[in-house]
Amino acid sequence: MRPRLATIAWLWVLPAFVLLGVFLVYPVVNTIYLSFFSGRGASVFVGLDNYRYLFTHPETLVVFRNNLLWLVLFTGASVGLGLILAVLSNQVRYEAVAKAIIFVPMAVSFTAAAVIWRFMYIYRPGQFEQTGVLNAAMVALGFDPVPWITNTAVNNYALIAAGIWMWTGFALVVISAGLKGIPAEVLEAARVDGANEVQIFWRVILPMLRSVMLVVAVTLTINSLKVFDLVYVMTFGNYQTDVLANRMFKEMFTFGNFGRASAVAVVLLLAIIPLMALNIRRFRREQ
Amino acid sequence: MAGVHFEHVTKRFGDFTALKEFDLEIHDREFLVLVGPSGCGKSTALRMLAGLEDITEGSIYIGDRRVNGIPAKDRDIAMVFQSYALYPHMTVFDNIAFGLRLRKTPKDELTTKVKEAATTLGVDTLLDRKPGQLSGGQRQRVAVARAIVREPQVFLLDEPLSNLDAKLRVHTRAEISKLHQRLGTTFVYVTHDQTEAMTMADRIAVMNEGIIQQVGSPQELYDEPVNVFVAGFIGSPSMNFFSAKTVENGEGVRLEGDGFAVDVPQDRAEEMRAFLDREMIFGVRPENIHDKHFVPSGITAAPTTVTVDVTEPMGNEVFLHLLAGKTMLLARVDPRTTVSADEEVEVVIDMERMHVFDPESREAVRTA
Ligand SMILES: Nc1ncnc2c1ncn2[C@@H]1O[C@H](COP(=O)(O)OP(=O)(O)OP(=O)(O)O)[C@@H](O)[C@H]1O
Ligand SMILES: [Mg+2]
Repeated sequence: MRPRLATIAWLWVLPAFVLLGVFLVYPVVNTIYLSFFSGRGASVFVGLDNYRYLFTHPETLVVFRNNLLWLVLFTGASVGLGLILAVLSNQVRYEAVAKAIIFVPMAVSFTAAAVIWRFMYIYRPGQFEQTGVLNAAMVALGFDPVPWITNTAVNNYALIAAGIWMWTGFALVVISAGLKGIPAEVLEAARVDGANEVQIFWRVILPMLRSVMLVVAVTLTINSLKVFDLVYVMTFGNYQTDVLANRMFKEMFTFGNFGRASAVAVVLLLAIIPLMALNIRRFRREQ
Repeated sequence: MAGVHFEHVTKRFGDFTALKEFDLEIHDREFLVLVGPSGCGKSTALRMLAGLEDITEGSIYIGDRRVNGIPAKDRDIAMVFQSYALYPHMTVFDNIAFGLRLRKTPKDELTTKVKEAATTLGVDTLLDRKPGQLSGGQRQRVAVARAIVREPQVFLLDEPLSNLDAKLRVHTRAEISKLHQRLGTTFVYVTHDQTEAMTMADRIAVMNEGIIQQVGSPQELYDEPVNVFVAGFIGSPSMNFFSAKTVENGEGVRLEGDGFAVDVPQDRAEEMRAFLDREMIFGVRPENIHDKHFVPSGITAAPTTVTVDVTEPMGNEVFLHLLAGKTMLLARVDPRTTVSADEEVEVVIDMERMHVFDPESREAVRTA
């Protein structure tokens, strides 16, 4: 009876394994394989050349720096803002409306959002009237307009700001749900124990939100590593705003360099694996 | 240590009045129990005292201090919640220590006090665990330990035993009473269970629909309930009620109920004549209805004929479900009784222990 049961079990999972094999395992393995070859024309085995290029060439080093900026600023600000807004909106009466407004960007397509923000950031040199919202506001307030997209001192932050605008709603909604899950009596107990609202926030609410915040942070970190659409639409990675995913796309479809594109993909994969592992471990523990 | 005084306190949630003209004086060191059915406003009263709910009207004093508008953290009280409300991310030690830490208690003193409180409640071996790793009874103990460690002026307990199983509840009841004696602090204890109220309280305040019905010692409430509500709420099994009209019957009087009659002998008839020919509500506790063969001496026996519906032998006593006309009466009689179901028997009611209530106001009518 036993062996037959095992056989049946294998039969049941076989389709899933086949699909995973064809669509997941094979591409990954093939990508790793391709990353050791020069991509153009006749493929030639080049060893670690593609990786050496990635980690030494000034142009790609900027890409890594940018992704790091995204990782730190985008994740940090989205989680932080989400937390602050969740706590604040929990106190107001028109909470549902407030949260809906902040969540709306999540429902906009990324490409559309990128276009919207490109309009927001429009800069016109010289004496032309500023048609971008941000620069119009700057001028109205008596400041000089800023070329948000092309000025390398600010453009990465401008892009990241658009990303934060899109994702804060996600952080807000998830953290807010976590906040609702904290029993009112626990907070009341803290109040009776002598805690003021600030102490309650730091010593009770925040620690109790820890696992929810971790989920949000990991999700956003993964998003920051694979950010693509915003950069692709707003700058196509020009003016030193390139990121890994866009670089991969460029190497592949603009330069036709399979080897380098694959190497970028592998680096991205390696960066995300520990985060996935963290997520899976947490998921297991919860079960 | 301090007493507590509710002065004409009213609490409204929008249009709904949860507490009405609530007046209550709780003495220093007293164990006062607020008891009443679900939704009568017990928790609301307690939460207002704790500072977790605003006071709509009136004043609350802790000691001499009027605490209206003073936040919970500055009231020097401790509370045990029904759900225990332990901090799930902290160990038992940190749960108990939380309040002391906020008060910047020196480390040595803090450790000593936490250990002491934990030992008192028998949770000193669990100090490193998180609440999620404790049983319900253990959590309850930790919640109490967290409350006593700060040596507050007043302890508030909101149905702290309702999540425990029956056996543990009886046990913990006794322990809380002991704790009260040892600490000598004012306890305000909320419950909907009249047994808890009777066994633990110095005084009980019975509430219904946001209004205090009666305040008194357990025995006072049991012997002299001021209205039908208190009479029915206090005591288990609860008091029997029936409507009957008092009519003259030779020397004595006769209570004519719906399909049955109770003959009141001469020596008690005089008081009953006060409401001659009026329909009144009569109340008698199950233990004051006796099998006619086992009537204790020294009572004023008023006989009546009833039909036995069900008998429930308990060993030390027998519960008889009786049908007096259309009225159901529960009697708690001597176990030697030989009556059986469907039998028509004569029982006697102890007229000394008969309660009479006005049918309109439902208030007790003092008989002599
Ligand atoms: N925040 C609130 N808003 C509106 N109504 C409330 C609120 N809190 C309590 N009430 C109402 O006030 C009444 C008293 O509630 P309370 O919690 O004091 O009852 P309770 O006596 O403690 O009952 P229980 O034994 O079920 O705990 C209830 O009818 C309840 O619906
Ligand atoms: Mg309650």
